[in-house]
Amino acid sequence: MEAYIRGIGIVSAQKTFNTHDFLSEPIEYNTNSMHCIEPVYTEFLNPVLARRMGRIIKMGIAASSVCLKDAGVEMPDAIITGTAFGCHEDTEKFLLSILDNDEQFLTPTSFMQSTHNTVSSQIALQLKCMNYNFTYVHKGFSFESALLDGLMTLAETDAQNVLVGGHDEITDKHFAISKRVGCWKEESIPSMDIINSKTNGSVSGEGAAFFVLSNEESEKNYAKLIGVNMIFEPENEKEVETKIIALLKEKNLSPSDIDCVMYGISGDVRFDPIYYNLMNSLFQESTSVYFKHLSGEYQTSGSFALWEAAMILKTQTVPGSILIGKNKKERIKNVLIYNTYMNTYHTVSLLSQC
Amino acid sequence: MNQKIYITGIGIISAIGDNVEETLDSVRKQKSGIGKLDNIVTRYKNEIPVGEVKHTNQELIQLLGFSAETKITRTSLLGIVAAKEAMQSAGIKNPKEFRTGLISANSVGGMAITENYYKDYLNPEKKGDFIEYIKKHDCGDSTEAIANYLGIKDHISTISTACSSSANSIMLGARLIKNNIVDRVIVGGTDSLSKFTINGFMTLMILDKEQCKPFDAGRKGLNLGEGAGFIVLESENAAAGKEIFCELTGYGNANDAYHQTASSPTGEGAYLAMEKAFKQSGLEPGDIDYINAHGTGTEINDLSEGNAIQRLFKNKVPEISSTKGFTGHTLGACGGIEAVLSVLAIKYNMVYPSLNCVHPMSELNFIPTKELKTDKRINHVLSNSFGFGGNSSALIFSRHK
Amino acid sequence: MTELMDQLKEQIILQLNLEGMKKEDIDNDSSLFGGGLGLDSIDALELIVLLEKNYGIKIANPADGKKIFQSIRSMAEFIEANKK
Repeated sequence: MEAYIRGIGIVSAQKTFNTHDFLSEPIEYNTNSMHCIEPVYTEFLNPVLARRMGRIIKMGIAASSVCLKDAGVEMPDAIITGTAFGCHEDTEKFLLSILDNDEQFLTPTSFMQSTHNTVSSQIALQLKCMNYNFTYVHKGFSFESALLDGLMTLAETDAQNVLVGGHDEITDKHFAISKRVGCWKEESIPSMDIINSKTNGSVSGEGAAFFVLSNEESEKNYAKLIGVNMIFEPENEKEVETKIIALLKEKNLSPSDIDCVMYGISGDVRFDPIYYNLMNSLFQESTSVYFKHLSGEYQTSGSFALWEAAMILKTQTVPGSILIGKNKKERIKNVLIYNTYMNTYHTVSLLSQC
Repeated sequence: MNQKIYITGIGIISAIGDNVEETLDSVRKQKSGIGKLDNIVTRYKNEIPVGEVKHTNQELIQLLGFSAETKITRTSLLGIVAAKEAMQSAGIKNPKEFRTGLISANSVGGMAITENYYKDYLNPEKKGDFIEYIKKHDCGDSTEAIANYLGIKDHISTISTACSSSANSIMLGARLIKNNIVDRVIVGGTDSLSKFTINGFMTLMILDKEQCKPFDAGRKGLNLGEGAGFIVLESENAAAGKEIFCELTGYGNANDAYHQTASSPTGEGAYLAMEKAFKQSGLEPGDIDYINAHGTGTEINDLSEGNAIQRLFKNKVPEISSTKGFTGHTLGACGGIEAVLSVLAIKYNMVYPSLNCVHPMSELNFIPTKELKTDKRINHVLSNSFGFGGNSSALIFSRHK
Repeated sequence: MTELMDQLKEQIILQLNLEGMKKEDIDNDSSLFGGGLGLDSIDALELIVLLEKNYGIKIANPADGKKIFQSIRSMAEFIEANKK
């Protein structure tokens, strides 16, 4: 199962929206919670429809709309999204109004939009797209489950272009609540220092990124997605290594074929060691890059990583802001993304140059 | 891609029983599980009937052999009960023998607990072990609780597409086998009643204050329910030598693309989903012996679904009923629960009655089955599930030859 | 009546999140649904809650909303007639 990445639309904490620029001016924060740079929505959304929509729905629609335009695709053959928390803002709003008003005077809008598949269905509604529509909601596997489905859909049906996206939002309340269980850092930290952090917790993030996966060759294509793998609660690092090697072998590749490895280093001292161990064992020869210092940590951050990897392959450049050590390769043919969310969900995605 | 998908195990818990045996007993006696709400504190307690599983969380914890202090959501508990039964009925003792997956589905995750502690979560002064529940709010949590209980690791995921969620998890499971990602997979869904959902449906004004009446001219809305339903799908290789309940021969998903919550009057999405399922199975509408409809009892759903069925089956609509008069609408679990009922329909040659349908809708050319029928051979069953956001899914179950 | 209608317009703009709209933009007699303001069935449910919350009037059957919410004037007349 393979597919070309034909188009991308991404709203993130960086200047990534509606541009082909690749981190020429990375934004450095000094925070423990990054937020997206939101587009002006009027261009993508009818204001009558937009008036009810929560922030993540608007971000999702804007990102998907730019993505389809970028790909030159009007009607995708499938819409597949991944999100760990769906529409947090609307869920909180409805829940609080239940609790604050003792179950009275409630209105349906935030309830309707609290449904996890709201973004995928609003995209369908806007496009009048009656095709396959799925939403995956499995924590740190949400986006990669959607990607895998995208690859399967292209392989098993006559679909040619599928829209796959990952989206999650952070709200003040969700930040405060998840901080209580040790997700986030207590202290603010400059983005470029995240990699050297010695404390627990990461910097929270959010984003909405959409991709058109296509089985057609085209000059437009960014890269080829050749494999996605999810490893649930590996017993040890060896299991992760073994599974990475197995995925590579399936594609007739060995670790030395991987020119660039993208690591999900989050600055959480509890979970980062595994990245360095891989860097110093399997992938000593590869160029090392990372992404969460630019996007923040969220359970669908793999979608930001996929953008970064696709841009590296397309532009054949590795911006200094994402590089760890030196760029060891002149030409980058294969990129492997290895990410873990809290050491429970481990994902491996493999891309190659078109 | 023409590989067969065998169903080798089933498990269910809902308002009409804690397992397959009790469920069969209730449907044979035509006994509905819809009644007064006991386990949730809400001002609507006496106003709306529900299909509730009549066990407290503590009772379920005990039933499953967890220690009394275990921090676990009702969604997980219901899911474990049904998935465990499914796995046992498939005779799976060692989940490592084949690549085994678990795909579950739900609509609101651990909301039934979150809504009790949310204010405490937000108050840093409040301390206590309740904060462990914070990690159990999202939809993936119950899937992992089930996977850990059963020892499944090879592939796990969760789907949430509102009320079609677990039909979609069944569809995905079949595709994972066909794409050689797993050899067998436990698929279905689980959902527990919550104040959040009750209030949400109240605002949409689609809850019947009496027992729901799917496909009745005087229908006034749905009854919410809770429960879980799982089935075990296996490849030909993994299922070798086993008792096979039936096969999953068709599945389809499409989007109505009409409105965020309401279905289109013509049931466009429903029609497309069923059409895809037929194409996949190679069957014709005339092959279907029984349709287990989504049939929620809302004005809009039953008209929309009815129109789509009529368009596809013309004037030859087979036996058709909604089982939501028994279980209530179990949201993210209903596709799983109704899959189990569809499998049982084939095994026992049984057509369930559509409870409370007294005056059939004049807009439709078919009359739902009113009494339990056991005198007809059931070879193929079509099961529909539709959700918010226009999500429409159809599954076809066929007798194993 | 005019006062009530003005008040209603403000409440509707707030409740339905009609960003950028002023009460002067809403005509007393033109239809709120379909054409006119372009509201839909979900807005109707929002308006039912508005009546309950602000005027203590309960509408049990959403289908009744159709007539009541025809225009600002019809809403105001309904409120006048049913106010407790």
